[in-house]
This record gives sequence, structure tokens and C-alpha cells, in this order.
Amino acid sequence: MKPVFTIIRREFKSYFASPIAYIVLVVFLILSGIFFFLYLQSFVESQFDPRFEFLRERLNLNDFVIRPYFGTVSIILLLMIPLITMRLIAEERKNFTAELLFTSPLRIIHIVLGKFLASLSFFGVMLILSAIYVVVLEAYGNPDSGPVLTGYLGLFLLGGCFIAVGLFASSLTENQIISAVISFGILLIFWIIGASSGDEGSILGYISIINHLDNFTKGVIELKDVVYYLSLIFFGLLLTHVTLESERWR
Amino acid sequence: MIQVQNLTKRYGNLVAIDNVSFRVGQGEILGFLGPNGAGKTTTMRIISGYMPPTDGTVRVGDFDVLEDPIKAKRQIGYLPENPPLYNDMTVQGYLDFVADIKNVSGKNKKAKIDLAMERCGITDVRKRLIGNLSKGYRQRVGIAQAIVHDPAVLVLDEPTIGLDPKQIIEIRYLIKSLAGDRTVILSTHLLPEVTMTCTRVVIINEGKIVLEESLETLSQRVNGAQMLFLKLNYNDKSNDVNEKILSLPTVSEVKESAYGEFIIQTKGGADIREELVKMVVKNGWGLLELRPLTHALEEVFLRVISTEGE
Repeated sequence: MKPVFTIIRREFKSYFASPIAYIVLVVFLILSGIFFFLYLQSFVESQFDPRFEFLRERLNLNDFVIRPYFGTVSIILLLMIPLITMRLIAEERKNFTAELLFTSPLRIIHIVLGKFLASLSFFGVMLILSAIYVVVLEAYGNPDSGPVLTGYLGLFLLGGCFIAVGLFASSLTENQIISAVISFGILLIFWIIGASSGDEGSILGYISIINHLDNFTKGVIELKDVVYYLSLIFFGLLLTHVTLESERWR
Repeated sequence: MIQVQNLTKRYGNLVAIDNVSFRVGQGEILGFLGPNGAGKTTTMRIISGYMPPTDGTVRVGDFDVLEDPIKAKRQIGYLPENPPLYNDMTVQGYLDFVADIKNVSGKNKKAKIDLAMERCGITDVRKRLIGNLSKGYRQRVGIAQAIVHDPAVLVLDEPTIGLDPKQIIEIRYLIKSLAGDRTVILSTHLLPEVTMTCTRVVIINEGKIVLEESLETLSQRVNGAQMLFLKLNYNDKSNDVNEKILSLPTVSEVKESAYGEFIIQTKGGADIREELVKMVVKNGWGLLELRPLTHALEEVFLRVISTEGE
């Protein structure tokens, strides 16, 4: 496991050695902040809106602020994570450092896991920083904190899937733009595939990456959702491994 | 130390190297010489374990690179054609990372990194970002990266390419000093590099080995017919210089390459410089220059490559 940590450390540091990390964090926090504010504002307004009179009983912070907020964050992540992952392997190729990694006494699994976990840690930092809005909400309001925590777990797993797919896309090319476009394309297909069949219980509905977030934001951890996300992550990493292994045999 | 047997690599229909076999003994510096596109980099990449061959085996020390890649790789320090550097790291941070992935244990790590930096002359730039270093320093960091885990085998792919003449000489000295009891394979398309640093040479062309010899026997063979270059400032229009030089007992051939310039070939490596000078002085030809021609190896190189190309 030690080589994995070595790779994680280098990769994580290199996010912060360039402006990438800071720009990604700032843009992410601004965007999610704006949406959080908008949802909160409309929630507060609806409290005093006579048209929502009959709904007043059911107006609560969880359903009207936090759940839509999680939904929006998942879209922002769909757009941003391919930009975080695009360099992972493509850049190693471009800089010829791939030759260093593959001629070192490392196994490919070390490289794949190290890269994945480094991006996942960075993504964790993004999530933790964005949690500040929710913390403020907890301080001044009374949302149910259970669904908030499960929602974050859901987002974390969702981001993990995005990263695994992005890592695979990055292993296919040495061009970062191509890598980002491929991962964005794959993710978007996984996203909208559920829309082609209205039923959430259908196979396409199950494959759809976003249908699984909903339960988490409601505060429900369902086995099928966890299994779905973990198997997508596993599949992404497996494909990355296969790509890296096979490319050298060509 | 390194055994390469029947190595073949095809990229689709293109045969990059074809049935290449050679051995390198402990402590030898092998020059892997060939024109661009001869298959040098492919061979280096296979030896270092970067990619597998289509056919054939490579053993480094006691381990097969294909069957026991981790153990084999542990003994190899590899400098690819383009040094594998992370531009956003400092020299020291980078070497620390390399030491980690090469399994250098915690206790010796710092000492080994310091030693590698010192040997490569990069101690004073250790805090700088690699991206800001000049080409020469980058190359040195690349070499430091290859030696940081103190490998028994060094594989250097064109280590002096793109450097200025002064840096080339420095890097060559560095490589020589690194050899010691290490085994070094060095690929190059420059002949002087081989004559200056290596103990043995393998010449490869179009994926095939065309010559494998120790530098000593090679230069002996070449010296068997020693050549001298003579430049005169003579006013003797009778033009019997050729015949007079030819009359010396061990001279086999005299060619006048330009006005007043002669290339003299002797039999059996005999040294006729003294006699020649006496003759020149006696005849008042006006000696401007006399030197042995060391391009002979180059001639072998070119001949070997061009006959193979036909």
C-alpha cells in the first residue's frame, strides 16, 4: 500500500502546486453558494406567500433547500470533475513521466488507485468546503441533519463515479481536452439514459447515474444505490487498469 | 549482467528490432550505436520494462524482465530519451518521490538523494522548480533520478542529446564516473560518445545488430592501418612528394587530397612520423601540420551502416 500513498501524495500536492486547485475550488464555491442562496431565498419568500398557505405544514428546509441544493451540486460536479480528472494520466504521457512510473517497481494497480484516491481526496476537500453553507443553515435553522449527512455520502459516491470515469477517459489519450470531452460524454450519457424511459424501476432507469442520488438526499441509504455507485467506480478503475496494461502490448 | 536474447519488436507490420541478441557484463559500459530510427529507443524501452517485446527475452541480473518485472525493475535505473520530470516539483521533492516509488527505505533515503544530487552536480538547484531549469540541468536531474536508488544497471537513452558542447563533455564525464562496478548501457547516434565513454560497442541499423565488439579490439583493428594527415607549404613544383614519401619502407599509400595536403597510410600500424618529419625538413617542404587521423572508427561505422542499407 505504501506506493499508493506515495502516488496520492504527489498527485494531491500537484493540484495545489498549480492554480488549478484554487480556481476549481473558488468557482465551485461561488456557484454552489449562489444556488444555495437562491434556494434559501425562495424558501423564505414562500413562507410568507399566501399561495403556499395550504403547504405550510410541509414546508421544511430539507425538502426545499437542501435537496434541490444537492441536485444542483451534482450538476456542477458533472461539469467540473472531468476538468479535475482530465490530466491524471494524459499529462503523465505528455510529460514522458509515464515512462518513469511504468519502469519503476510499481504495479499498475498502485498507479490507478493512487490517482483515483488523490482526486477523490481533492473532491473531498471541495465537498467539505462547500458544507459551510449547510453548517450556517444548521446554526440558524433547524434542518434534519440525517438527510444532510446521507446526502453528502451520496454526493461523495457520485463524485467517486465521476472520477473513476474521468480517470478511465484520461488513460485513453495524451491530450487533456480529448480526455475531458470523453469523460463528459460518458457521464452525460449515463445521466440522461434514465430519461429515455419514464419508469425509474426499469433497467435504463437503474443504469442512470442520477436516479440513485435521490434516495440519499431523502435520508435513505439503499443497498442498491450503494452497490450501483461502488460497482461503477470499480468498473471505471478496472477499465483504466486494462487500458494501461494493454497499451504497452500493442 | 544483462542478457538480451532474440529480441524482436513489431509495431503492426513495422519491424522495429529484429532478432537482437547481446550481453553486457558486470562493470561494462556498452555503447548502443546506430543512426536515428535504428531501434535504439525500442531496445532501451524493452530492457527497462516499459514495454514488452513481441518475441525474445531480457534478463537483468538474475531476473527476467517479463516474468519478474518488479524485481528486475528494482535493479535498473532508466533515463528515457526525454527526461521524465514533473515541472511543478522542486528538484529535491522530485527525487524524494522517485526514491519512494523505487523502494528506497526511509533510513538511507536522504543520504541517497543527497549523494545522487552531489554526483550530478545539482545540489545548488535542489530548491528550484524543475520547470525553471535549463536543458542541461534537466538532463542532470534525469540522471540523478536514474541513480537515486543505486541500481546495478543503468540504461541511458541518448543522454547527451540537445545539450551544448560543454554540457555534453560534462555529462560524459559524469557517466564515466558513475560506471564503477555498475553496468551501463548507453544509446547514442554519435560516434565520439562511444569512443570516449564506452568499453564495448554494439552497432545497430534498421533493427539488426551489424557489429558487436569491444572498443579495444575495434581500435586495434582500425589502427592496423594507421593514417596520417600531412599538410605542406612547399614550392617544389616537380611534384615528386608522393613518390618520395612512398619510398619510405612502411608506407602503403599516399593520396593528395588537396593542394599540399596528403593522407598517408602505413602498413601494420608502424609509426613513421619521425622519419616523415626528417624527410620533410631535409627537402625543405615547409611543414604546416602533421597529425594521426582518428576518424577511422567513424569510417567503420559508416561502412557498416551503409553496406547494410544497400
